[in-house]
Amino acid sequence: MTNINFTGIDIPSEEFLIKCMHCGLCLPTCPTYQLTGLERNSPRGRIRLIKSVLKGKLEISKTFYDEMYFCLDCQACETACPAGVKYGNLVELARVQIDKTKYNRGISKIIKKFIFENIFISKKRVKLLARLLKFYQKSGLQYFVRKTKVLKLFSNKLYKIEGLAPRISDKFTDKSYPKILYPEGEIKYKVGFFYGCFMNVMFSDINSDTIDVLLKNGCQVIIPSEQECCGSMHAHNGDLKTARKLAKINIDAFLKYDLDFIIVNSAGCSAFMKEYAHILIKDDYHNYAQTFTSKVSDILEFLNNIEMKKPQKEILKRITYHDACHHVHTQKIYNEPRQIISKIQGLDFIEMKDSTQCCGSAGIYNIINYDDSMKILDLKLKNIANTKAEIVLVSNPGCLAQIRYGLEKDNINIQAIHPVTLLKESYKE
Amino acid sequence: MLKPEIKNRLIEIVGTENFLNSKEDRITYSYDGTPIISNLPEAVIKPKTVQELSSIMKIANQEKIAIVPRGSGTGLSGGSVPIENSIVITLNHWNKIIEIDKENLTILVEPGVITGQIHSEVEKLGLFYPPDPGSAAICTIGGNVAENAGGIRGLKYGVTKDYVMGLEVVTPEGNILKTGGKVVKDVAGYNLKDLFIGSEGTLGIITKILLKLIPYPEVTKTILVYFSKLEEAAKTVSDIIAAKILPSALEFLDKTTIKCVEDFAHLGLDTNIDALLLIEVDGYKDIAEKEAEKVLDICKKNNCSYIELAKDSNHANKLRAARKVAFSALARIKPTTILEDATVPRSEIAKMIVGINNIASKYNLTFGIFGHAGDGNLHPTCLTDERNLEEIKRAESAFEEIFELAISLGGTITGEHGVGLSKKKFLNKVVGKDGLEIMMKIKEALDPNVIMNPGKVFSISSKSEKLRGDKERFKRFILEEWI
Repeated sequence: MTNINFTGIDIPSEEFLIKCMHCGLCLPTCPTYQLTGLERNSPRGRIRLIKSVLKGKLEISKTFYDEMYFCLDCQACETACPAGVKYGNLVELARVQIDKTKYNRGISKIIKKFIFENIFISKKRVKLLARLLKFYQKSGLQYFVRKTKVLKLFSNKLYKIEGLAPRISDKFTDKSYPKILYPEGEIKYKVGFFYGCFMNVMFSDINSDTIDVLLKNGCQVIIPSEQECCGSMHAHNGDLKTARKLAKINIDAFLKYDLDFIIVNSAGCSAFMKEYAHILIKDDYHNYAQTFTSKVSDILEFLNNIEMKKPQKEILKRITYHDACHHVHTQKIYNEPRQIISKIQGLDFIEMKDSTQCCGSAGIYNIINYDDSMKILDLKLKNIANTKAEIVLVSNPGCLAQIRYGLEKDNINIQAIHPVTLLKESYKE
Repeated sequence: MLKPEIKNRLIEIVGTENFLNSKEDRITYSYDGTPIISNLPEAVIKPKTVQELSSIMKIANQEKIAIVPRGSGTGLSGGSVPIENSIVITLNHWNKIIEIDKENLTILVEPGVITGQIHSEVEKLGLFYPPDPGSAAICTIGGNVAENAGGIRGLKYGVTKDYVMGLEVVTPEGNILKTGGKVVKDVAGYNLKDLFIGSEGTLGIITKILLKLIPYPEVTKTILVYFSKLEEAAKTVSDIIAAKILPSALEFLDKTTIKCVEDFAHLGLDTNIDALLLIEVDGYKDIAEKEAEKVLDICKKNNCSYIELAKDSNHANKLRAARKVAFSALARIKPTTILEDATVPRSEIAKMIVGINNIASKYNLTFGIFGHAGDGNLHPTCLTDERNLEEIKRAESAFEEIFELAISLGGTITGEHGVGLSKKKFLNKVVGKDGLEIMMKIKEALDPNVIMNPGKVFSISSKSEKLRGDKERFKRFILEEWI
């Protein structure tokens, strides 16, 4: 195959592309194919398009660009694919390629540029934005904006996405704890805690709950202050360069300590931090990245693998579980949360239909493709509501923000919380 | 190229949004589940109603434009791969279940309904639609009828054709034909519906399907049996049938296939063993249990290594599901998997398996063999790489020998995938000159302008307009080339 359309080092691999034998078993699991029924909106179709571009049979076009970003990168197709095609990798590398073209423009480009190049490049910037948002939420400005629908004057899109931002936490994790925390009894594990960028400012309560649960399970918890955003959102949206830079900062920050595990409580982050060795394969950092990756453990994975402290308190609630794509499809974490939940007394656990289907959050997908994202969210909300549960457990900040937004929007009286929050509650005596 | 004037007339019928001809759309409708072959269509049309479809067919017939019908595009013989200068008509969005009649035990569906959805909907009512092709999670019922699809329950319950009671078909001339109905007995004239079942889209487009349902079996027992010798597994298959037991599934997997399936599904299958039989018996509890016992006895007599019973229905579903993806899982070893479905009388299964293995080593090829051993429908699958042209050539020769072997054992070249593009040059070997001639007469009578999926099943020149009104040439074209 001669490649004439793709340039640079991040090129979708021919070996991965040719593995797709177009049997079609991915189609029923793809949220976008379910929406349209069109072949080009399916994983099989997108793989064929990428292959055609690689072979020079198709030029990168507006349609091709839109198609690559219509995909949620939820990777449900990877779980379904018996042949083991690495679809996520293919679509992410195609995004690196198309972002260099003239089709990367308009409001989406501005939003992406703003988010990735100006905000999520450092903790400081994220915190600054969070403080501004907090002022907006608390000062009455938000109330005013919503009441007057003033944003409609600027952009319909801006008006729609205004409500997606979750409430900013009162205290941010990075300033709330000393660097090292000790458990009450014997130290069983020495773990580093990754508090994330989004989690740090919007879900710092979940971070606190995670730290609590770790301490209760005999962990010495080290919180390196130099840590930064994991870089997953950059990588999924065509900016591997920044992703690699952030990866190196985190590798340095954590490898300074002699840790047994690096604990992550966000599915998107843990999935991507396990990819560090892969994205740095041609880099001097590769060896460090391998060591780092081998220590990364999602909190649910960690708790399920150790002899977890037994929950004492009975919780009489009907609950259900939403599987984050970056857990179930990327990391194949499915049984772990269910095992953990089964240890809490009193719970009435009910599986929702299609628990492993994407909620439509997908990084910044809900900002860029608001309307499609809402159609996908509606399916999820219906499945959640049908369980008649009181609580839906969600282990990823993106999904949490999205599902909470949906539950509020539709007035559904179900609480969406992270499993560690429930676990912390069950540890109370 | 489609003439602009024709394009406009088609758009007028369906609307711009349902007429797709961007390069991207043409590329993504250029293939189905068949390896290697693909071809760009001129356009893809999504008609909204039967009337629209009828109008499209009238134009196509008048202008002699080839029409390629398509459901989900999971076929394995190239049935929905476009030919030159063709238009794809996709019907996967016609996906309504129109009626489930609990008194007559029938279901009326549109052709785009997913087969697996029919299963789940009727099972909620304690009813059963047995045909269960490997791709049931995504294939459409329209495609199943057009290809007369089979699946793992063929031995006991038969195949798609055994459940079709009635059809609505748009003919190449644009007429809307209704044939069959809810009556069990009906001998009024020729049995037209059977003509369309398995016609691979060459006679018309199926637009409604009435299917027969049966009561759902009370229990299903799922058993896994491992063998250290292939021959013993094959012998077990014939012994079970000779003992007058009809399992609802009697599936065979060889070592290569077991490895790939385990690699994907993580079911804890033993990957060091030569052959595996997945056996299911179903029916009333007492009878199914008795049959399961008898099956176990026969397995033990044939020196099986060991036996594993499905723990519960969840586990059984997983085992069945894993078997169903065997074909795609084989792509873990090599990127191109050429799967065939040569079928023999079930008494000849052992000879067939040995024969395939001999042919594979003769041509120095890697094969995975699995399939519906109970009904003689095997899936010898060549694991290759389409970029290695020399190996592909060898694979073609090997399959030619496999087809000859199947025919010599009293079997056929295709049990459930259809002839399509990939097996048409072997068709005469199994149906003979007279058989082929009658098929062509039927094709000629129903589709005189050769617009419906031309070139599938048997060969027809792509410049089909030249054949108009020239019956002699029509015959010559097909016969000369392949007989």
